[in-house]
Amino acid sequence: MTRQPFILRNPSVLVVLALLAAFTLAVTLMSTAYGSGALPTSTVKVLGKTLCLALAAVAMDLVWGYLGILSLGQMAFFALGGYMIGQWLMYARTEAIVAASLSGNPIPPTVQELREAVANQIFGVVGSADLPLVWTLAHSLTAQLVLVVAVPGLLALVFGWLAFRSRVNGVYLSILTQAMTLALALWLFQNDSGFRGNNGLSGLQNIPGLDGVGQARLSVWFLWASAAALALFYVLAAWVVGGKFGSVIRAIRDDETRVRFLGYPVEGFKLAVFTLAAMITAIAGALYYPQAGIINPAELMPIASIYLAVWVAIGGRGRLYGAMIGAIVVSLLSSWFTGGRAPDLNLPGYAVKWVDWWQVALGLSFVLVTLFAPKGIAGIFDRLAGILPPRRHGRDLGPDQGALQEQEAKA
Amino acid sequence: MTCRLIALLLNLFLALPAAANPALEAVIADNLDQIERPSRRTVEPVVARIAATGPEGMALLSAWAGRSLGLADGRLVIVTGDGATDAVTGQAVTGADPKMLRPNAGVRGVIESALVAGEIASPDRARRAAALASIARDGTAEHLAALRAAAPEPDPALAARRARIEKLLTIRFDADPAARVTAIQDMAGDVGLDFRAALNPLLATRRVASADEPQGANIARELRVGSDDFPREAAIALLTAQGLVQPRLTAADQRNALAAHIVDGRVGGVSVAELSDPQARDRAYEALEGAGTVPPAATEAETEAALAGIRFFDVYAEPEAAVTDAARAAQRGAEWRLGAMKGIDLGLDALSLASIYFLAAIGLAITFGVMRVINMAHGEFIMMGAYTGYVAQTLIADRTLSLVAALPLAFAVTFAAGVVLYRLVIRHLAHRPLETLLATFGVSIALQQLAKNIFGTQARPLTAPAWLEGAITVNDVVSISTIRVAIFVLALLFLGLFLFIMKRTRLGLEVRAVTQNPGMAASMGINPDRIAMMTFGLGSGIAGIAGVAIGLFAQVTSELGQQYIVQSFMTVVVGGVGNIWGTLAGAGLIGVLSKVIESFNPSNTLAAQTFMILFIVIFIQFRPRGIIPQRGRAAEA
Amino acid sequence: MTALLEVDGISVSFDGFRAINNLSFSIGAAELRAVIGPNGAGKTTFMDIVTGKTRPDSGDVKFGESSKSLLRMNEAQIARAGIGRKFQRPTVFEDQSVAANLTMALKASRGPFAVLFWKPSAASAARVAELAAEVGLAEHTHRKAGELSHGQKQWLEIGMLLASAPRLLLVDEPAAGMTLAEREQTTALLVRLAQTRAVVVVEHDMDFVRRLDCKVTVLHQGSVLAEGSLDHVTRNPDVIEVYLGR
Repeated sequence: MTRQPFILRNPSVLVVLALLAAFTLAVTLMSTAYGSGALPTSTVKVLGKTLCLALAAVAMDLVWGYLGILSLGQMAFFALGGYMIGQWLMYARTEAIVAASLSGNPIPPTVQELREAVANQIFGVVGSADLPLVWTLAHSLTAQLVLVVAVPGLLALVFGWLAFRSRVNGVYLSILTQAMTLALALWLFQNDSGFRGNNGLSGLQNIPGLDGVGQARLSVWFLWASAAALALFYVLAAWVVGGKFGSVIRAIRDDETRVRFLGYPVEGFKLAVFTLAAMITAIAGALYYPQAGIINPAELMPIASIYLAVWVAIGGRGRLYGAMIGAIVVSLLSSWFTGGRAPDLNLPGYAVKWVDWWQVALGLSFVLVTLFAPKGIAGIFDRLAGILPPRRHGRDLGPDQGALQEQEAKA
Repeated sequence: MTCRLIALLLNLFLALPAAANPALEAVIADNLDQIERPSRRTVEPVVARIAATGPEGMALLSAWAGRSLGLADGRLVIVTGDGATDAVTGQAVTGADPKMLRPNAGVRGVIESALVAGEIASPDRARRAAALASIARDGTAEHLAALRAAAPEPDPALAARRARIEKLLTIRFDADPAARVTAIQDMAGDVGLDFRAALNPLLATRRVASADEPQGANIARELRVGSDDFPREAAIALLTAQGLVQPRLTAADQRNALAAHIVDGRVGGVSVAELSDPQARDRAYEALEGAGTVPPAATEAETEAALAGIRFFDVYAEPEAAVTDAARAAQRGAEWRLGAMKGIDLGLDALSLASIYFLAAIGLAITFGVMRVINMAHGEFIMMGAYTGYVAQTLIADRTLSLVAALPLAFAVTFAAGVVLYRLVIRHLAHRPLETLLATFGVSIALQQLAKNIFGTQARPLTAPAWLEGAITVNDVVSISTIRVAIFVLALLFLGLFLFIMKRTRLGLEVRAVTQNPGMAASMGINPDRIAMMTFGLGSGIAGIAGVAIGLFAQVTSELGQQYIVQSFMTVVVGGVGNIWGTLAGAGLIGVLSKVIESFNPSNTLAAQTFMILFIVIFIQFRPRGIIPQRGRAAEA
Repeated sequence: MTALLEVDGISVSFDGFRAINNLSFSIGAAELRAVIGPNGAGKTTFMDIVTGKTRPDSGDVKFGESSKSLLRMNEAQIARAGIGRKFQRPTVFEDQSVAANLTMALKASRGPFAVLFWKPSAASAARVAELAAEVGLAEHTHRKAGELSHGQKQWLEIGMLLASAPRLLLVDEPAAGMTLAEREQTTALLVRLAQTRAVVVVEHDMDFVRRLDCKVTVLHQGSVLAEGSLDHVTRNPDVIEVYLGR
């Protein structure tokens, strides 16, 4: 049996890459910096951020759609990535500003004075003038770039190891991941956590050393970077789930005990995928927040992670492109509807203001998708491609699972 | 501040009907000279005679002590804000320009103790109580003398109170150290704020730096430089303050001094460009110092030498060692008892928090236990309950009545909501717990926004009836608000109700059957669908009632439920599924732990919550199925 | 003959109920053994203990030439050591193709990274095709396992067990829900397998056990009641009392 090249075995990857390239090219040609200017810089930023969210959704799909762990803490990794890059952005920029202002003094500042002034500038807002220990490496871009993947990866590794080895599963595990996110958010909310409490890190849109470039060009550069990261990790994710590894993790999703009796170290697989997804999500976050300009602990409240799950579910889990489509469509729609630009829907007797009602509509449509279209938007593509779902009869039938399922099986 | 006592007495006396008092007139006539120019040593008999003349005399004394007594044309007049009255006759005096009498502090002390003596001898119990309360607020040495000289108190409660105040005053003012020590030892173990307040000034210390042990001083302890509570910087600061060493140069001072002496781009022979190096700055400064252009600053070596020759002491302001020793022992005892009391208070707090979590989580536990379904909209059911309470309050004016109406109403509303949610959504997602979780989350965000659209974003008040306001106070430390007691009772009630339903009713039997083995239950003719619907409704209904309870002390907003949902999940997870005692244990554990962690650092509740969650994550490592796990083969599924 | 699996005096109880009571049992390297016993005799718990799903309260389980204790190993390690288990109900991965199911079960390194960089070779593809043919699913390799009939799933699972080439095979009620023809096929297969490895069959069905024609162990209340040929144990008055006599 000859083996086809990876891309040919996964035509959807090719389609996604082509669409992504076309999209990036189109946005570039419509940007103010490199094209016609049809798209304002703020829109380019929104699109760039959306690509980052799509990348986070792809990682979420790895964990949930393929491995079967509904992680309600995925955005914690996203925000951590943002915090790690934000440390450097903020430190380096503040250092430049402080150095400029101190150079006006008659006497050049000492290294110590410079550090103190920077610390004062950054942490004055939380009533502290010392640089916390966690900022030790903040002056180094290389170090912080390493931390972008290392910190979330390590957190995922430790948390995953604890959770998986005690065989916490299903809903329990979801709740536990949610608790982890909440704990992290609450910790970051404290002023003395070393991350400026609820002020978060700000001014991240200004890239140190690139002051002369201007936001219009920067926004396009970040769009390119986000598109490149999305493309790269999409291919990586497709490769991971495409082979035997993907087969094993889907098997874990469907019947973890059976996989164990086949001799596979289930915990190792879970840990590998969970950590990989955390690191991908962190990279997405590190690209997202310089475009957003500000990050604060509210970003990693559990609700954000649940929204990510919602996007993936609406897009269609267990399909990488489904997750991507879901994140792009729903997040863009959300920002359009809640941005106040959507026209009111005039029902007889009541004008539906979308700012007020979008959330309700989203919630209900989400219930409807879960009930009637468990495959989400990707299900439409499956239908078009003629992939019919196997006639699965639920899990095994038996006295332990209750009579309901037997009824289902007949239906 | 004795002024308050005097003002009080003044008001009392001025309210009396004006009447001539011949005895008073006679005393005044005899001693006008003394009254005008009183002396601390000789004024006492005069004051005593004036006090003996009755209320008018007392009024005169209090005006005298309060410096509102004046002399006009040989008559004493009491001057108030809007006029003057004759001190003897009580008649208004107009047109006079009295010369105000200004007795010195010693004389005023004598007058005050006479006043107090008069007051505490008053036949009116309320007046005596008021006088005691006033002394308790700000007693003086004169009060002590007056209290000791006063006739025995007939009322037992007041007598006890008086004895206590006398002891406290003895501790503070008695001239005899032995008497003070006895008083302190008498009261040791008391946790009253007044006793602790009386001890504190006795134990106040000041820092002293000297080469030798200060002679005759009551030394609390010798300090070791560099220890945790006495860092080196503090020692240097103390030495600088006492002038024993030159002040050290701060980096900012050094920089400013250097900047002020830049000559041709050089300071003290060092070029400005080099001054980014701290050592270059030191060299430059020393050069300036040598030239005499800047004041000398202590070098490290000088400071070190000064520190080496000097010892540091904490010295009591109170000279008597016996008193401070007794006070310290008493304070230690008080602290210990205080710790125990605080523990009890913490326990009560934890109990009330646990009952809130219990109420919030019990519904969740029921639905999770029976159906293995996590209802993310549970928090929103709590919110619906709270808003139902609010609506009931806007419709029914009487707070008690509206609360009584709100409880069943909230149950009904959320029960119905739960049944609808079950019929429309959850039933169709049976045995797909993760999808149920997400679908109910959709419901949750829709409900939250809906509440925002209906009730607005600002908090709505849900006011408790008057009889639930206030607190039950045991002593200065231990107290618990009545609402929390009520919530505790409510939680107990629901525990009882729940146990009754589960153990004594047909529904409970069927629910237990479905929980343990749905297939078998179905084959016994129980309709699992109906049972699931009923339990879901029941769980949601209890959430509604919890909502009313929570709304009574928290702000009712559309996000109310969110604040409790994670803790509720934790309670269920920690407690174990399918068992009410598990939920109870989980709520208890989380309540106690939250409070204990919080008590380590009360200002930082965020850290407390963080550690709480971390603890739970670790707890799950050791008891993955909770404190009280479900048993048997059913648990394996 | 040295034993491949040696179970030595194990006991386990659930909430005070003794499911296994001082059970000792051993089986040789190439032996077919049937384990029978009434409901609640501890048959399934016995398999759970050997495969690592349940930990015994006391006793020891040793496996292989070096008599390695299985109690300190988890399920996956025990499976890798060479113990395969066939569940009562067919448990295959219904969302994946027959070929994927078999590929997963092929003997290969099980670590996450080894699996990630694993590439199908001509040999592995041939082995999958061979196994599919052996269990009668040659035409179905690209169908999803969920679409197979109940009997085909049973066969697929047996195929997966063969793919991992275990040294000890634990089979839980293989005949349940099979047609007569399928039973005969199964019997033949089990007998053939037992020529090269140890096979333990837990079964209710006496006819099926008779067809296996092997040594029989009767369990009762968590311990061995009798052992020997089927004819031998069916003559044992104790066995008749607890199992057959009623």
